[in-house]
Parts: sequence; structure tokens; C-alpha cells
Amino acid sequence: MELKTKINAEDGKQYLVITREFDLPLELLFKAHIEPEIVEQWMGTKVLKLEGKKHGSWQFETLDANGNVVFRANGVIHEFVPNQKITRTFEMENTPFPVQLEFLEFEQLTDVTSKISIRIVYKSVEARDQMLKLPFAQGLNMAHNRLENTLKKLNNIHHDKAQ
Amino acid sequence: MNLRRDVFQAIADPTRRAILLLVATQSMTAGAIASNFNTARPTVSKHLQILTECELLGQEQTGREIYYHINAKKMKAIADFIEPFRQMWDDRFNKLEDIMKNYQQKK
Repeated sequence: MELKTKINAEDGKQYLVITREFDLPLELLFKAHIEPEIVEQWMGTKVLKLEGKKHGSWQFETLDANGNVVFRANGVIHEFVPNQKITRTFEMENTPFPVQLEFLEFEQLTDVTSKISIRIVYKSVEARDQMLKLPFAQGLNMAHNRLENTLKKLNNIHHDKAQ
Repeated sequence: MNLRRDVFQAIADPTRRAILLLVATQSMTAGAIASNFNTARPTVSKHLQILTECELLGQEQTGREIYYHINAKKMKAIADFIEPFRQMWDDRFNKLEDIMKNYQQKK
């Protein structure tokens, strides 16, 4: 089955671009990115805060069955133009992964179809590739309470290497 | 056997993703890996077998113990590691599309 989502990640570049066309009017595609209760459903995480405005901020959190935090991420919104674009930062809390910058662009194709393009800029080529190699670290459905510990260990290893 | 497809099927399971994440930082024995899960030991063994068969995990014998580690070679090429990432976003966007189609009808 052909996936509708495309990823353009060139070798040796510190960014990548995710694109996807939807059988949805532009307004609904945009709405799905700013209404907390809708974001929660398709991202599979709790939305603690999501301010759809310039200089706004956001925070997501996922708990496991025992109520432990297995994932928490936050960022600030730099640009917010309804039905056109959102520019924001993304940072996973308690992990060694550096903050990343995301440019979301929304585009109308027809009255009933639309397209999103997300350009994610990483701190370095290595940071990008490391993040890609652990998509499950980013996977918001990680119901595993050791994740945080594991990532802390990873952090320590990086720390050791840096010394 | 379609090895490529097997890799993605292997990664599709949340427990197997958790196992890969655990051994990403250090080699571990099957017992040490299993102690991180509430799942029965044979179930964890089955997961380890699948991950080893599709070469995402490598095995190394040290004395009596077998240690499992991430097979970095398997995840070397961008084409190899971008696919699970793409799959993750595709799943999310498919959900988004379904949710908003229902939302549209309800209005």
C-alpha cells in the first residue's frame, strides 16, 4: 500500500520536509492543528496547553496506565497565520534531543482537498539522524515507564563523550 | 522472505520498539530486558527472536550470557530509518483525516 505521506530527507542535511495531501477542505486541516481536543485524538497525547497565536506556547504530555509521564514536549509559537502557517519550536523534556524548529505550511488544493508541508530544522545533521533512528522515542504512544530513565542514560553517555 | 517488510512489521509493535530503545544505550541479556516489562518472559523471548531474525538486534555471547544489542548497520542508510518515521506520520495523518471527515458530517 502506497503511503500518502512523503518525507524528503537528503543525506547530510540538517532538515527534512514532510508533505501530505488530505481529502479535507483547508479550514478543517488547519482546525485539526489548533483545537486541543482534536489534536489529542490524532496525536495520541494529552494537550496541556496550546495557544494559537504569535508568542503563544504549547505543551503535550502522555501518561502510561500507572500515571507516570512517559512523554512530555513543549515549544513556543513564533508565527501564526490561520489557514496558512504555523512556525513553532519543539522540545522533548528530559531527553538529550536538542530543540527543533518546525515550519508548518497549509495550502488549499481544491474546495475539498488541501496539503500540509512541515519543514523540521534540527540542530545538526547528527541530531536529525539520531532522532530519525529512534522514531519510537518520539512516538507519543510509548506506554513504557522506563523510557525516561533510558533517555537519561542516553543523555549521560552523550555527556561522557563530550568530556 | 521479504526482509524489508519484516523490519517495518517488527517496529510496528510497541513492546518491540520499547526493547529497541532499551538496548539503544547498552547491550543487555534477555533476563535484564524482560525485567523491564510486566509481560511474561516467553513473550519477551518471542519479541527478541523476531527482532533478531530481521537483524534489528544482534547477539553476542559473553561467557554463559547472550547479550542483545542494536544492529547499527541495519539502521545505517537513511532509506532504512526514515521509513518507520514516515509510517508514524502517515498513521497520525490518516487518523486526522478520519476525525475531520466525521467532524464535517456532524456539523
